[in-house]
Amino acid sequence: MKHFELIVQDLGKHFNRRSIFRGLTFSLALGDSLAITGKNGSGKSTLSRILAGVLSPSSGFVQYSSEGSAIQEERMKDAVGFVSPYLNLYDEFTATENLFLLSMIRTNQNSLETRVDDVLRRVGLWERRNDQVGIYSSGMKQRLKYAFALLHTPPMLILDEPTSNLDNDGVKLVKDIVRAQKKIGILVIATNDSREVRWCEKKIVLNVGL
Amino acid sequence: MSSWAGTFAVVSKDVRSEWRTRYAVNSLLMFVVTAVSIILFALRSADPASDLLAGMLWVVIFFTAMSGMSRVFVSEEERGTTLTLQLVATPTVVYFGKLLFNSVLILFLSLIISLMFQLLFQEFSIKSYAVYVISLMLGSLGFSAASTIIAAIIAKTRSRGTLYAVLLFPLLIIPLMAGMSSTIKALEGSPFGEALPDFQVLAAYLMVMVAGSSLLFDYVWKE
Repeated sequence: MKHFELIVQDLGKHFNRRSIFRGLTFSLALGDSLAITGKNGSGKSTLSRILAGVLSPSSGFVQYSSEGSAIQEERMKDAVGFVSPYLNLYDEFTATENLFLLSMIRTNQNSLETRVDDVLRRVGLWERRNDQVGIYSSGMKQRLKYAFALLHTPPMLILDEPTSNLDNDGVKLVKDIVRAQKKIGILVIATNDSREVRWCEKKIVLNVGL
Repeated sequence: MSSWAGTFAVVSKDVRSEWRTRYAVNSLLMFVVTAVSIILFALRSADPASDLLAGMLWVVIFFTAMSGMSRVFVSEEERGTTLTLQLVATPTVVYFGKLLFNSVLILFLSLIISLMFQLLFQEFSIKSYAVYVISLMLGSLGFSAASTIIAAIIAKTRSRGTLYAVLLFPLLIIPLMAGMSSTIKALEGSPFGEALPDFQVLAAYLMVMVAGSSLLFDYVWKE
């Protein structure tokens, strides 16, 4: 998607009567990177899920646009890649099966076999691609989440706690992914890790928390 | 077109998952065998009338639906894969995919239940097959439509088991009564026209349930 842009206007979220955050306004264009940081319970993951389009805001709006036109919900699925501790893939399927099946649901089957192979090699799971995900370690599952997020080359990549469960090689992989994403798209990272915050040019601090 | 491709991909995923784990099918088949066996033992010395057997048939189908149809959404919540599905599919694709899967499942199980009744109960003699097949299909699809939306509603709650039964039972009374009525007519050999009012009720129920659920599902699926 060319000239991809994210606009957030007066965004707020509350659960029951508790306000998590309110009045957030910012915009991001290709090449921008944003770190969302704050205390535990301040809404970092909540905000990242709203930006990914899987959680509705209580007030305000999030708008994605490409070449000046708003992107419809159906196409949103192709615009966002999301990695989160709350995301799981299917334990009863292999890594390859997971990526194939989920791509078919997304109805994105262009050169699928090649893309699956490439992304599994990139995240270092090629050797274990035919093992069921249920026997993967937590670090391997985290790498598979990256494979899932990158498979459709999204213009916007949202990473919630990007290096959780990863060893040094895994952290290096994430840094490479971050570097590549900053060149071609928009990057959003939700984290408390100061090293990860420094990967981004812009920063939002959510204030409420526990 | 791409929505239907996504829908069938959801069904394909669920079928493959069920084939790999056999979680729902095994437990439901066991339930069906146990329930029909108990009915057989209870009625073995009696000459059950066709309306009693029709009622027993639909009781087994009813409790099969209550036992197993919630898994399409509850299993996604338990495995933490709801978010994954939300990232790859629109609510419409998810709803119709899950509805189709549940429909295939309940139709398969209804067929098994029906065959068991025909084999084990001499008095369960179908005199009008057209009426019987339409009754079984429309009734089962009605069960599937109601079960699917209620499963989506309760999947994120804590007291899923209780809430599912409490919310589902009132919704299933209409297809249950109409299904039993048309099945009795099939066993007694009534002409098609006599069963038509029951089919009209079942068809209308199915259309209203699917239309209403597909409109409401967006609000249920996305928090």
